[in-house]
Amino acid sequence: MTYIKPSFRHPKAPVNELGWTRQDYEGGLSTLCAGCGHDSISAAIVDACFQLNIEPHKVAKLSGIGCSSKTPAYFLSGSHSFNSVHGRMPSVATGANLANRDLVYLGVSGDGDTASIGLGQFAHGARRNLNMTYIVENNGCYGLTKGQDSATMDTGSVNKKGDRNVSSPMDVARLAIEVGATFVGRSFSGDKEQLVPLIKAALSHRGFALLDVISPCVTFNNHAGSYKSYEYFRSVKEVMPLDFVPVREEITASYASGTTCEVRMHDGSLVRLTKQDSDHDIEDRQSALQAISHYESQGKVLTGLLYIDRDSEELHDVLGTARRPLNSLTEQELCPGSRFLDSINAGLR
Amino acid sequence: MKPTNIKDPEYFHKVVDCQYACPAHTPVPEYIRLIAAERYGEAYMVNWESNVFPGVLGRTCDRPCEPACRRGRVDEEPVAICRLKRVAADNKGDVSAAMPVAPDIKKQGRVALIGAGPASLTVARDLAPLGYEIDLFDDQPLAGGFMRSQIPVFRLPPEVLDEEVGFVLDLGIKQHFRHYVASLGAVLEKDYDAIFVGTGAPRGSDLSIPGREEAGKHIHIGIDWLASVAFEHLSKVGRRVLVLGGGNTAMDCCRTARRLGGEDVKVVVRSERAKMKASPWEIEDAMAEDIPILSNHVPKAFVHEDGQLKGVRFTLVDVVYDADGNRKLVPTGEEVFLEADDVIIAIGQDNAFPWIERDLGLDFGKWDMPIIDPVTFQSTNPRVFFGGDAAFGPENIITAVAHGHQAAISIDRFIRGEDVADRPAPGVTLVSQKMGVHEWSYDSAVSPEDRFPVPHVDKTLALKDRKVEVELGFDRAVAYREAERCLNCDVQTVFITDKCIECDGCVDICPTECINFVPNGDEADLRGRLRMAADEPGQDLYVSEALAQTGRVMVKDENVCLHCGLCAERCPTGAWDMQRFLYQVTKAGRSCNQSTR
Repeated sequence: MTYIKPSFRHPKAPVNELGWTRQDYEGGLSTLCAGCGHDSISAAIVDACFQLNIEPHKVAKLSGIGCSSKTPAYFLSGSHSFNSVHGRMPSVATGANLANRDLVYLGVSGDGDTASIGLGQFAHGARRNLNMTYIVENNGCYGLTKGQDSATMDTGSVNKKGDRNVSSPMDVARLAIEVGATFVGRSFSGDKEQLVPLIKAALSHRGFALLDVISPCVTFNNHAGSYKSYEYFRSVKEVMPLDFVPVREEITASYASGTTCEVRMHDGSLVRLTKQDSDHDIEDRQSALQAISHYESQGKVLTGLLYIDRDSEELHDVLGTARRPLNSLTEQELCPGSRFLDSINAGLR
Repeated sequence: MKPTNIKDPEYFHKVVDCQYACPAHTPVPEYIRLIAAERYGEAYMVNWESNVFPGVLGRTCDRPCEPACRRGRVDEEPVAICRLKRVAADNKGDVSAAMPVAPDIKKQGRVALIGAGPASLTVARDLAPLGYEIDLFDDQPLAGGFMRSQIPVFRLPPEVLDEEVGFVLDLGIKQHFRHYVASLGAVLEKDYDAIFVGTGAPRGSDLSIPGREEAGKHIHIGIDWLASVAFEHLSKVGRRVLVLGGGNTAMDCCRTARRLGGEDVKVVVRSERAKMKASPWEIEDAMAEDIPILSNHVPKAFVHEDGQLKGVRFTLVDVVYDADGNRKLVPTGEEVFLEADDVIIAIGQDNAFPWIERDLGLDFGKWDMPIIDPVTFQSTNPRVFFGGDAAFGPENIITAVAHGHQAAISIDRFIRGEDVADRPAPGVTLVSQKMGVHEWSYDSAVSPEDRFPVPHVDKTLALKDRKVEVELGFDRAVAYREAERCLNCDVQTVFITDKCIECDGCVDICPTECINFVPNGDEADLRGRLRMAADEPGQDLYVSEALAQTGRVMVKDENVCLHCGLCAERCPTGAWDMQRFLYQVTKAGRSCNQSTR
């Protein structure tokens, strides 16, 4: 087994605006099973951060427990990282975010970590509109414990042993829309053309951005009869192609037709989207939920940016917290003196 | 694009850049791995089989392989292929048991070889074991040709040459040395079944400018002068020496002059430094011996007084290129006089065939060169074959060897009455290197080390004695580390389309981003659409059939693939496999695929 990636790169490897190459965004060599969809998602995260010119040390990557939650070791080795308790990543992310609002928060979780043990944490993170990107690497099974069906496993899907799943699946994208997430997308690890711009848009979004990324488990859930295999998911996905235009780039074309729409992000960048369906209003919760259900009833899975609320208030706005990270506050600001104490006391009389 | 036909041996051969660039197509990575495994004798025999003179070439080869080496495209410098070859030769031990034996009864036919240089010796090596009776003629007292007369002993010790020439002569070759062949017609009249001409390009170009005749005693032709030194007819040179010319012969002349008493030795060239024909490393070695190189000096006249050479007058020029890129030397009007006690002219060499009568059915063409088939090396007289510098003008040792192998095939087929134009296919094997889930039978890890310099003997010692070899060669420990720099380009990435599940694992892991899954298109279109634009048209694209799930194709740009095997390690289904590709040029008498190992 090779644990070291050769240090040589393509001699013409491009550099981004920071003067860094893609290599500067890589991490350690993955120890996941060969062919795991999670590795493709890690590569897409590397591409997205490289292309967005994000400095790795301005990123905090957080995860829980599971195959998915191991992956932060395999990208952005120059970033802050916290591998937390099973299902508790949203709490740690909330604490970190409140302490230092200047970092980019990237949570990586799996279907077990999110939809089973961490369901409550996940729902409250979304409900509070915590400013973070939350990626669910969704393979429909517990790969780390020999592939038992997870809560996202579709009804009727056959596991490796041959048993058919009878329980209803948890749809984390639909749940996120229901409980108040302000950016919800779905994608596929095998479709980087859609996944990379979607991650870029999510990272540029201000508020809770949930990405449900179907990521086949090659070892336990990539056989005939599985609804989350490479082959099956490719056959049922309905793709809404996506293009992300960064702030500084000139916008060369404009679309106004029923199926193409442009969404201006909070930071000025632009998401250009080709919808499958002109009735789908991606800025309307009900419409987004209807679009998901509509395709589901036809045995299809809609992928792309499903829902966005561009101008929401994130947790810091709601709480009215300090504008600067806590670690940059000095004694003077933290202990403003008895004059301020007196005025507070006076206000309580 | 159509799917790549990897069954065509030339496809993967081209991926092994070093071997492909080598005129004799020596399997370079194969012997480098054997050196790393301390199997020096076997490494030597892989070389010997292919290039006949590993010890000589490991010191003196023009190394077309090194500029081609893939490592040079991702790292600062290529693998020191040539000097690793020397390591195999230096450490080979006793290889006599591995050498072929010529049968006692020679009944295949009789062949005369004229000239005992690398081309003729290669023909002898290939034909003698098949049972041919071989007569070898040369006007010199010993075999080796230009390897002996032109390459100074401080670059190639005579013992090394003697041993490798001996391996060939020991195959029962009848030797006729100090025997100048004055008439090809006379040789044709004898009952030889075939005659091979490997007489080189023996005439050094002269410089006819004023004073050439008057001061002739101290003006020498480079290749003749080197031969006189080699055969010890000459052991001294003046204190101030000018060497005119910028090729490797000029470098050998100036460095030899430094050892024969030349204290103030200069190389003077007509054009720019960058246009010098000498190999960069030979220029470096000359400069390290305090020999300056003066460029843009066009010699005008030899200056002499009373028949005594005083020096050379030069016109300085500017190099100007016109719109078509043609070079012109435009005089600046300035003249320079350089003092000299001796001048050596090393401005090129020519072929000369005064001994070949023109009524033998052997046609001569342009520049009075014989007309030779570039594939079969047969002349228009079907019994006469050419090779080495005698065939198409001055080249180098490894090219002469390559010619010799092909000429031997032709001679063998000709004598057996077969069609000479029908060439044998190469011997090819392609074998998986998989040892375990993630284990390969080659060192797949890519060493990040820089190229190791070859140690040199102390300069004062080297300049004092012409016979002291300058380069010391790598020791075994350094050789191992240098060998590990080899990227094993002969271990091929083989893609099996129907096994691929399109998980992108290989795309994500590839350090040099050479693997792509994209909709198909024509070549120009595909080259521009890959993760990294494939802008080296000389490097092929490996294209698969359409894939089952998405209809895309796998396109791999071979250009900077590190052959690290990570794609194959990441592949869950074995759609990628690392397979060792061994390409061997078939030698005379071996019509079917037959490995030497």
